[in-house]
Amino acid sequence: MSSVPLVLGIETSCDETGVGIVRGHTLLGESLASSVDEHARFGGVVPEVASRAHLEAMVPTMQRALDQAGVTLADIDAIAVTAGPGLAGALLVGVAAAKGYALAAEKPIYGVNHLAAHVAVDTLEHGPLPEPAIALLVSGGHSSLLLVEDLARGVQPLGATIDDAAGEAFDKVARLLGLPFPGGPWIDKAAREGDGASITFPRGLTGPRDQAEHRFDFSFSGLKTAVARWVEARERDGERVPVNDVAASFQEAVCDVLTAKAIAACRDRGVDTLVIGGGVAANSRLRVLAEERAAKYGIAVRVPRPKLCTDNGAMVAALGSHLVAAGVAPSRLDLPADSAMPLTSVVA
Amino acid sequence: MLVLVVDTATPAITAALAEVTEEGTRVLAERVTVDGKAHGERLAPQIEAALTEAGVKPRDLAAIVAGTGPGPFTGLRVGLMTAAAMGNALGVPTYGVCSLDGLGAPLSGHALVATDARRKEVYWAVYADGVRVDGPHVDRPAEVSPGAATTAVGQGALVYADVLGLPVPPDEPIYPSAFELARLAAPRILSGEPGERLVPLYLRRPDAVEPGARKHVS
Repeated sequence: MSSVPLVLGIETSCDETGVGIVRGHTLLGESLASSVDEHARFGGVVPEVASRAHLEAMVPTMQRALDQAGVTLADIDAIAVTAGPGLAGALLVGVAAAKGYALAAEKPIYGVNHLAAHVAVDTLEHGPLPEPAIALLVSGGHSSLLLVEDLARGVQPLGATIDDAAGEAFDKVARLLGLPFPGGPWIDKAAREGDGASITFPRGLTGPRDQAEHRFDFSFSGLKTAVARWVEARERDGERVPVNDVAASFQEAVCDVLTAKAIAACRDRGVDTLVIGGGVAANSRLRVLAEERAAKYGIAVRVPRPKLCTDNGAMVAALGSHLVAAGVAPSRLDLPADSAMPLTSVVA
Repeated sequence: MLVLVVDTATPAITAALAEVTEEGTRVLAERVTVDGKAHGERLAPQIEAALTEAGVKPRDLAAIVAGTGPGPFTGLRVGLMTAAAMGNALGVPTYGVCSLDGLGAPLSGHALVATDARRKEVYWAVYADGVRVDGPHVDRPAEVSPGAATTAVGQGALVYADVLGLPVPPDEPIYPSAFELARLAAPRILSGEPGERLVPLYLRRPDAVEPGARKHVS
């Protein structure tokens, strides 16, 4: 067992400071510190606030993860860190920390792609990922459909949002409905008491012309505006806004498009595994709808538990573990943080 | 005792290995590059290079000294995070020193130290025979009160010499000296004083505004 490398992962691409420790596909320890409460009053993540919080939280978070795993840094075989994409200043804190730990402990460092890590984390729950697979990554910062043929070498982007990320739309609609930040869990909760078929909101990029040009792309900006118009019209007429129905109908529109395009991508590429990751993957309706639709075509849906879907250190360690096992060479000590790191590079 | 010194509070990315003894402090190896946008890339390789040149392994280090700024946030955090991670990994104490002291400590008489804070401002402090008597502050150059200072030192002093109205000695360094930072921390290192958490001197709040009332779309 001990011949399987022990890999530590560090994540700081947004507002979560995460450290995870993985051996093979087994998560041994993880710790997470979040600055989400500090951002709530601003209605979104403030990059400088996040960067400051990462610097404060890193060492205690590292210590907790090591303690939980019952190992020391000397036991670690490699250190993986999110090099991008993400908030530049926030990424830089994690990369600097990883370099400090790697230098001091004389370990190899892997600067890895955050989105690829969202795919890799599923291996901690469901074991090795069948390849090829289609991955749907949906969070506050990303909405992408990916073809995963070899996770250690690169991932092929099939489509992405052309405006707002799905999670961003959840935040904005939540604010519109007077629900707290971050909006995802609150919309999900309100939607359970509402009727998702009560209001027909637009499904972005699903028209005939979009099918040619933006077949696997997403757009949520128009949907957000449509919800705002609908709500404002009720307010103007002095009518009560049916928050639960609006939440459910909005959520239905998002989940409908996400799952329809994900299943279409699977069928288009003849792939029978769909992995869903990112914070929005914690949405209960998305999980149900994806499984319902996938079942019709014999597609297996893999969604890690919600705690692994949102940003964390375990996902970075999981990808690092996969890279080490695949014999991928580590990064150099001058590896940069790359806020726009392309998916075609899994290692910086 | 072997001590690693880092400072990333200015465009100078500084890594040095110093030896601190009761007899004094000396720098064994040093790597400095000036690039305001490459702290994240350059610092770690420079640390490695300085250690390698001196034939020292990371585990031989007894302490880490870091310049805590003030300085532009992003670069400053690179130095402090790297230093804190190394201190944590090696189980050795970390000590912070105000980066401006790395310029002001060797000066005799009354002197102003100013570094570039961007946004047309400077980070500044006033020194009397090497001891900081005012600051650190961040202000527009015209708002700096140099007190009894008769000279000004540092890159900010150079850039804003016209506004500050103080002569800038041509032979003084314009970026914090690793030797001075090590020397200033030496008493704490030698007496085995407990290390401290490295807290950056930001001096400015994050730029962030709370959202106002909802904007209407129609």
